[in-house]
Amino acid sequence: MPADPHSRRPAVGEGPLTRLALIGLAILFLAAFLALPLVAVFSQALAKGVGAFLKSLTDPDALSAIRLTLTVAAIAVPLNLVFGVAASWAIAKFNFRGKSLLLALIDLPFSVSPVISGLVYVLLFGLHGSFGPWLRDHGVQIIFAVPGVVMATVFVTFPFVARELIPLMQEQGVEDEEAAIVLGASGWQTFRLVTLPNIRWGLLYGVLLCNARAMGEFGAVSVVSGHIRGKTNTMPLHVEILYNEYNFVAAFAVASLLALLALVTLAAKAALEWRFADQIAAAKR
Amino acid sequence: MTAAASTTATKPARRGWAFLAPTILPGFGTAFGFTLAYLCLIVLIPLGHMALRAADVGWDRFWAITLAPRVLHAFYISFGCALAAALINAVFGLVVAWVLVRYRFPGRRLIDAMVDLPFALPTSVAGIALTAIYAPNGWIGALAKAAGFKIAFTPLGIVIALVFVGMPFIVRTVEPVLQDLDAEVEEAAASLGATRWQTFTKVLLPAILPALITGVALAFARGVGEYGSVIFIAGNIPAVSEIVPLLIVARLEQYDYAGATVIATAMMGVSFLMLLGINFLQRWTRSRHAR
Repeated sequence: MPADPHSRRPAVGEGPLTRLALIGLAILFLAAFLALPLVAVFSQALAKGVGAFLKSLTDPDALSAIRLTLTVAAIAVPLNLVFGVAASWAIAKFNFRGKSLLLALIDLPFSVSPVISGLVYVLLFGLHGSFGPWLRDHGVQIIFAVPGVVMATVFVTFPFVARELIPLMQEQGVEDEEAAIVLGASGWQTFRLVTLPNIRWGLLYGVLLCNARAMGEFGAVSVVSGHIRGKTNTMPLHVEILYNEYNFVAAFAVASLLALLALVTLAAKAALEWRFADQIAAAKR
Repeated sequence: MTAAASTTATKPARRGWAFLAPTILPGFGTAFGFTLAYLCLIVLIPLGHMALRAADVGWDRFWAITLAPRVLHAFYISFGCALAAALINAVFGLVVAWVLVRYRFPGRRLIDAMVDLPFALPTSVAGIALTAIYAPNGWIGALAKAAGFKIAFTPLGIVIALVFVGMPFIVRTVEPVLQDLDAEVEEAAASLGATRWQTFTKVLLPAILPALITGVALAFARGVGEYGSVIFIAGNIPAVSEIVPLLIVARLEQYDYAGATVIATAMMGVSFLMLLGINFLQRWTRSRHAR
């Protein structure tokens, strides 16, 4: 980040009192809306001591929710990673008709309510869905089962990697790849040896955001999961169930794990932005 | 564009209409084909299918469901609270972005990183945390109770949750514009005798405004569809604090698939119009910025 050009220009800066008031206002606002919820999560989780906290986390249902969340992310993130790389290769390295339409369509899941993201799959594969009877006859269950949870998660995390890679690869242009091809490299060699090293940090950045959303998704997953304890409950859903049962310590204990994940994501994101700012598109978009 | 220039240089441009501009790079067919197939499979076919199912319901029933008082009120709450939250964020988000871009103070980087917390924190976690704070027995809720009003379990609680969810949209859209502003225009304004406040309202604000509007639109669009962080704090009282996404879930739980589909499609329609609006705003922003 360049040095602030305004700090040493009394002619155009604000007075010290205004500065102080604005900084105070910003900090107060962020403290109320960002810091306080985090403090609330951890203090409620530990309200009855470390023992109760740990007991809630080692509960079989909690463990199974953690396992399912990890499994779902392990399927959804790689799928969207492959899609993100393919989409950004097609969009950033070639010029074709209808590109902006394709870009708008890739963004579509961002503007769809999470609840609708789940509903669309219920209407397709649920018992009353268009393929429901056929699936039932063939003994396949998608809705109220793990495949539905994976599908809904893939839907909501769909644009993350692509949205990060497309502007980055557009910025980098095609000269490097063209040189490699002209020198006789195959397409795969070009991608692996020329493109990939250029986009790796942006790729990691996209995967990070995609993963955070995949593990934390609530609305879409809640519609398709059926909330079967020990089977189709992800961590965010388990938080809801425990909370609605007034089991606050356990709810906040599981929530604190998710909050920890969010904090780790933010730290890694910030580290990437500071260290590799020029190799990440999102940082200075 | 450099891409277009370098590719047209390698091959003579084809005459007439061509889907793909000439290029020597391989892999377009595979990458484009996969992208399109995946997009259709995951997003377009499921969404289109939902719209078809809504069309099956028939025109009269569609409007009967959408215009039912409880549904209309949910739309009013969803859109009203999302708009209120976006406007609150417009003010505070601008202050946060301004402070982060223009001032140097201890902890600035930490705060800058924390602004994205609502993006990273799962919505159900945000929901129960905000409820714990703003419920009548919570830290801030108790203060409000002493002052004689309730925050959680009223539309005010929904606004609070949506302020949390939408805040990063405003800060992150305004930040880059603030960073790119020329110091010279401010100096010119100051040397021509403008007060700091005049410089802000007459010179800076017009330059920031397009980005601010885009940020507000993004936060608004997100707020309308938001579910997880809202349902805990809203209390979900029909015709008081019930939001559209919750209504959709309620219909689904009653196996009223037609009702859920119709409400969802109506909401998608409105969201789609907003997406068009955002696109238009972004184009307008860019054309103004290019000058």
